[in-house]
Amino acid sequence: MTQLPDKNGRFGDFGGRYVPETLMNALIELEEAYNQYSQEPDFQEEINYLLKQYSGRETPLFYAERLTEHLGGAKIYLKREDLNHTGAHKINNAIGQGILAKRMGKRKVIAETGAGQHGVATATVAALLGLECKVFMGEEDMKRQQLNVFRMKLLGAEVVPVLSGTRTLKDACNETLRYWVSNVHDTFYILGSATGPHPYPLMVRNFQRIIGDETRRQILEQEGRLPDLVVAAVGGGSNAIGMFYPFIEDTSVKLLGVEAAGHGVDTEYHAATMTKGTKGVFQGSMSYLLQDAFGQVLPAHSISAGLDYPGIGPEHSYLKDIERARYAPITDQEALDALQLLSKTEGIIPALESAHAVAQVVKEAPLLPSDHIIVICLSGRGDKDVESIMGYLGGAES
Amino acid sequence: MNLIDQKFADLKKTGQTALIPFLTVGDPDLDTTVELIVQVEAAGADILELGVPYSDPLADGPVIQRASERALASSVTIGTCLDVAQKARARGVRMPFVLFTYFNPVLQVGLETFFKKLGENGISGIIIPDLPIEESSEVAKLAQKAGIHLVPLVAPTSNERISRILANARGFIYCVSSLGVTGERSSFHEGVEQFIEQVKSQSSLPVAIGFGISSREQVERFSAICDGVVVGSAIVRKIEETIPLLQDSEQREQGLLQIREFVAQLKD
Repeated sequence: MTQLPDKNGRFGDFGGRYVPETLMNALIELEEAYNQYSQEPDFQEEINYLLKQYSGRETPLFYAERLTEHLGGAKIYLKREDLNHTGAHKINNAIGQGILAKRMGKRKVIAETGAGQHGVATATVAALLGLECKVFMGEEDMKRQQLNVFRMKLLGAEVVPVLSGTRTLKDACNETLRYWVSNVHDTFYILGSATGPHPYPLMVRNFQRIIGDETRRQILEQEGRLPDLVVAAVGGGSNAIGMFYPFIEDTSVKLLGVEAAGHGVDTEYHAATMTKGTKGVFQGSMSYLLQDAFGQVLPAHSISAGLDYPGIGPEHSYLKDIERARYAPITDQEALDALQLLSKTEGIIPALESAHAVAQVVKEAPLLPSDHIIVICLSGRGDKDVESIMGYLGGAES
Repeated sequence: MNLIDQKFADLKKTGQTALIPFLTVGDPDLDTTVELIVQVEAAGADILELGVPYSDPLADGPVIQRASERALASSVTIGTCLDVAQKARARGVRMPFVLFTYFNPVLQVGLETFFKKLGENGISGIIIPDLPIEESSEVAKLAQKAGIHLVPLVAPTSNERISRILANARGFIYCVSSLGVTGERSSFHEGVEQFIEQVKSQSSLPVAIGFGISSREQVERFSAICDGVVVGSAIVRKIEETIPLLQDSEQREQGLLQIREFVAQLKD
């Protein structure tokens, strides 16, 4: 199982490389470079050094005692990815790909961003490594996330507005790929999620697996055993696959991905790819996908811009099909409620994305015995969302 | 004999290069597309690429993206694209049709059903821009069985992939003029001529060039070294500019004439 993907980038039926011929050589070059450098000890050492001294890893695994008591069931731990530099797990991957770009001699990096978290992480790493950086962002998202746009500019990146299609993350991804096709000779595409054509889903998983590796070691230290359930939010699925991957062969550990149900999975406004999607090819790989009967990709909706995406990484689709992981939908309202609950019980304001994972645990923990252990991947902090949360809650204390 | 093979054989006898226009089906509406196909043939088109509109056209620049959005706004599907092909045939259009479609709409029809339908609707070839050879073996097999040519794209960066791509090619080879997406451009990939020579030396199939070719001068330049020249965005842009005429019943004929003249002037 850990041998996947195969040499064609396949996780069972999923994954692969569905891109124009103009990109094939760039992807093959990337795959070869990644395979080569990831075997070299000093490559991993350089990444580990930055993860530790720059991003502040390892991140704590925190026993959420008051939340546990409040829910009255299983013991709940939080993997504090929100304590990373730039406030989310995204930096793990941006550091890895940034160093790879540098080793490949590419001085320019590009990235797509939805809420701006991956854009900020990429701009940060570009500044750190002295690389030129362009971030493609949907015009709609730029309006919704003005602070992150300004952050990226402060960090020296150019933010390119995307005016095509839905003007959100999906089209920002398309535009980044289009730009890359024209500039492959000197430009490295730092893709932010475990999606896209091979080798991205493999590479992003491997750069994010530090989340699960640390968690596994930490829970053994603190509890002397593995958790019963590991929970993470999924949009494209990078924090979730990073958390799940080191546990895949531990069959006693259940894996639970939480996707955005928006206004509800029976409305048109959701991003519940696993609950409502069907198999298809989108942005370079075969996976589950929100689409109409004719294969046109449907717009997604979520209160959380990071989950507002109609696709999902191919390895998640595989884990779903082999029933190794389970995926559950959480609505905007449930996420907002969970965000407030965690803020008040633990003094931690989670990102709206991560609040989806918390919300599913709010549902499941009370049904489990008190000797069960749940770990939630708290993928990011809520600072970026405070303004929009204030809008939703009307600024009222609730 | 496949109509594409027939067409290139006929053109070869008279030393001509195929003019291959591209239209986005359903832009601005399905009836107009049928009309445009008739006009484009009358203007001298030899083969026609029928573009299936798609929500996420990765290989396309802004002009064809906008055309896709217009077509999708009126719910054009891959099925209605095939209807358009048949209606054009009923109007007496004889030139071969090549369907240009991203892979996902094909996948959702189901591969076997899809190729059956292509044959029934008079489609001779298919180009799937996001299906590289590594992913195309099943499609290639079904296409061959149905007598439909799966036309491959070859890029200036394909290098040692070229021979593998050409090994199973059918119909003609579509050379991409430059790195990037579709859309008019004034300059092409450095060494594009050598690239075309390299492709020609490795295949006996006709070689066409596309991506960015928009003017008569460019058509002439590439006619000297290619068997076919694809003009897409320039025509789609002309249609976009002509929409106000095309959608006005009194000026429609004039609009159609303008597009016919635009296509005609691309050719000698």
